[in-house]
Amino acid sequence: MMRQKIDTCDVAVIGAGPAGLAAALGARRAGAGKVLLVERERTLGGILNQCVHDGFGLFLYKETISGPEYAERLAEDVAREPIKIETGAMVLDLSPARVLKINSRAGYRLVEARAVVLAMGCRERTREMIEIPGTRPAGVFTAGSAQNLVNLQNLRIGNQAVILGSGDIGLIMARRLVFEGVAVKGVFEILPWVSGLERNVRQCLMDFAIPLELGATVVEIRGRDRVESVVVAKVDDTLAPVAGTERVVPCDTLLLSVGLIPENELAKRAGIELSPLTGGAVVDESLMTSAAGVFSCGNVLHIHDVADWASFEGFAAGASAARFAAGEMPARETVRVSPGPHVKYALPQLLTRGTAGVEWSFRVTCPLRNVQVVVKGKATGKVYARKKFPRVLPSELQKIKVRPAVEEDLEVSCHE
Amino acid sequence: MERPLSPTYDVVIIGGGVVGCAVLRELSRYDLRLLLLERESDLAEGISKGNSGVIHAGFNVPPRSLKARTNVAGLKLVYELASTLGVPHRKTGKLVVALADEDKPRLEELKAQGDRSGVPGLEIVDEAAIRRLEPLARGRWALWSPHTGIVSPYELTIALAECAAQNGAEVRLEAPVESVRVGNGLFRLATPTGEFAARRVVNCAGLFSDEVARLAGIDDFRIFPYRGEYLITDKDCGLRLAMPVYPVPPRDDPGLGIHITPTLEGNILLGPSAEPVGDKRDLATTREVAARLKAEAARLMPEIARVPFIHSYTGIRPKLFDPSGGDRFGDFIVEESKRKPGWISLAGIESPGLTAAPALAEMVVAMLGARMDLRLKSDFIPVRPHRKRFAALDDDERAGRVAADPGWGEMVCRCEHVTRAEVVAALRNPFGARTLDAVKRRTRCGMGRCQGGFCAPRIVEILQDEGVPVDRITKRGGGSRLFYGRLKG
Repeated sequence: MMRQKIDTCDVAVIGAGPAGLAAALGARRAGAGKVLLVERERTLGGILNQCVHDGFGLFLYKETISGPEYAERLAEDVAREPIKIETGAMVLDLSPARVLKINSRAGYRLVEARAVVLAMGCRERTREMIEIPGTRPAGVFTAGSAQNLVNLQNLRIGNQAVILGSGDIGLIMARRLVFEGVAVKGVFEILPWVSGLERNVRQCLMDFAIPLELGATVVEIRGRDRVESVVVAKVDDTLAPVAGTERVVPCDTLLLSVGLIPENELAKRAGIELSPLTGGAVVDESLMTSAAGVFSCGNVLHIHDVADWASFEGFAAGASAARFAAGEMPARETVRVSPGPHVKYALPQLLTRGTAGVEWSFRVTCPLRNVQVVVKGKATGKVYARKKFPRVLPSELQKIKVRPAVEEDLEVSCHE
Repeated sequence: MERPLSPTYDVVIIGGGVVGCAVLRELSRYDLRLLLLERESDLAEGISKGNSGVIHAGFNVPPRSLKARTNVAGLKLVYELASTLGVPHRKTGKLVVALADEDKPRLEELKAQGDRSGVPGLEIVDEAAIRRLEPLARGRWALWSPHTGIVSPYELTIALAECAAQNGAEVRLEAPVESVRVGNGLFRLATPTGEFAARRVVNCAGLFSDEVARLAGIDDFRIFPYRGEYLITDKDCGLRLAMPVYPVPPRDDPGLGIHITPTLEGNILLGPSAEPVGDKRDLATTREVAARLKAEAARLMPEIARVPFIHSYTGIRPKLFDPSGGDRFGDFIVEESKRKPGWISLAGIESPGLTAAPALAEMVVAMLGARMDLRLKSDFIPVRPHRKRFAALDDDERAGRVAADPGWGEMVCRCEHVTRAEVVAALRNPFGARTLDAVKRRTRCGMGRCQGGFCAPRIVEILQDEGVPVDRITKRGGGSRLFYGRLKG
């Protein structure tokens, strides 16, 4: 333990993106006294700052604005509160007793928090995680890194690009590169459906005549020093490349938009239970994790489709943290909520026994039409909620509300 | 226009791999004017970065061979050398496992071979002992080698060069030798940045040692590149491998067989394969070999099947035997050319070259000393300036560092917890290596699970702060540029 004294606060929020900014506000509005907001970048806003395109704020502000504008509005609200903001500061460790180790140019110090909100966001899957064989040249970027280099650093990352994966950042970057005079040779998606939002396919690809090929992937990267081409092939039902369908696509840049992973390094250090389905913490309806007083929200909890939902989750997590810090959240018995047919995950995964009126977020495993989503008791078979959807897509986060009080384990399932 | 004449060096070493740098450091003990020429944008860019990082005990090679002699001699030197230079290393011990009873005689052969070479402490152990020594390993019988260990090969290489530089040796990067003129007792080595005259040359050019030798009119050997692919697991894969685990060397494999090796940071390496390739710089990985690595590693350690990988890479071995030929050994070559006296070639230095490097360096010094007057310097500094990584510091040390220099308070790499101060120090290395890979090897930025997704844009900013123009920012020098200028915006 350090010789120096340990600072204290009521609620410490780690990360000041759309979720963390909202969490700090949520904590204040729920009455927390000393709120600390720690952000590793030099400015507030997180990834919003590099999202210069429109499409943010539709749910939170009822109008569509750019990422930086969205961040600015939230940051202005934060500035009006007596919230202690530390930027350029990274939390390196979190103990189960909620002691944070924070490093910044101002100093290295320990802070003990009565409650903690995790809002660290996510990171991108890499070339190596999807095991693309071939050479190791310059010119392979994850879409988010490319977005940083292009939008924040004004750098030209290539002249002819191929995009692998149809995640939203990849789609947005396809359009962005076209704006900058980079030829986008095509977007290839291994799945038979698009991973990103439909509006992005329309506005970013179709409007710019950028080819999109589903059921195809990059099977090899070529070029010794800089990317010279990629080999693209069709895949079969098991997603394995089909021999004989390979074709060489000349390019000097490959962008990868092949999935996001909640960045739970700190949660792991604190021994918090993580869900293999979301990559984020297992939480109850208050968004509390398996570590008492540690809450989670935004993309570090599960990957969201739009920033607004991450903010709403942030407000809720911040409010819960304030209640915990004030000693208003005694430990209670919980039931489990698990995904059933066609449901990838449902969140929260835990529910305090006897709670009523909780809304679940869920994602489906594949695109479906005319479905009924059912929340059912596992022991009694009782249907707690039922909702019809004309169409559901894996790219969209869906919601379903359960009104009655729940006394048993639940299953969320989707039926055609 | 005449190129400016460079001073005459007593010894020029060609090749900045672990062998070249070990020779450079050993020679820097003496009152000599020294220069090392490296063709790539950093040291350790060839064989020395693409291997298993194992300190071998010396039982895999035939007794009395040069490989065996330098390996066993090197084993006695390399741990202390790594300690002196502050290079991460660990004596882990190693198991060579036989999965079936019928393979036990192969282990006994290896043990006998090692015993004859003077390898200390070898023992045949049974299944229960295997479980005790390495609970993750499987096998009926194993050869237990207590003195085998692991070291970071590129860190050792860089540390050797830094120590030598501190003792007055010069190093030039991006300086491929393109032609050699011999006359008046001097070798004149032409590079794109100038000509260098040398009284003696030590050719440590690894994969290219044959081509470099031919420039001097020496055509005594040929190097055949054999590619070896590796996979690396995430540190957080939940498995802590304590020591390297090797299979009984397969008879059809020109390497030691696909093995599993811990890194000092807690990853596990799988590999390498061994395929002859046509191109000495063909560092591609393939789907087929990746699948084979996983299958074969799972025989040694079944848990590996459910582990995520964060990186794969390829190394090339410089073999002296023709892939179509019958001889499957190909001993190290360390010899002075008879036709070109003063030119010493080190060739075919594949495994166990990393362990043998300090012994090879002593050999070279002895060869040079036989024909020139070597005077020890009184002020030789055996260590090198070394700073502990931020990630390895305790809380009080961290607080102290940040208070003294706020650069230690700015985190650049999230995964490996590297600070701006460390990145800046890496960029100010004495050799002028300023590529992303050079930063990675010196700091671990980009070696974590995000693979540089977050830190690369930060390092790009720092590179510009350090005066590197955008168009000269590269992954590893040459044509590996990252950017094509700035956008209009």
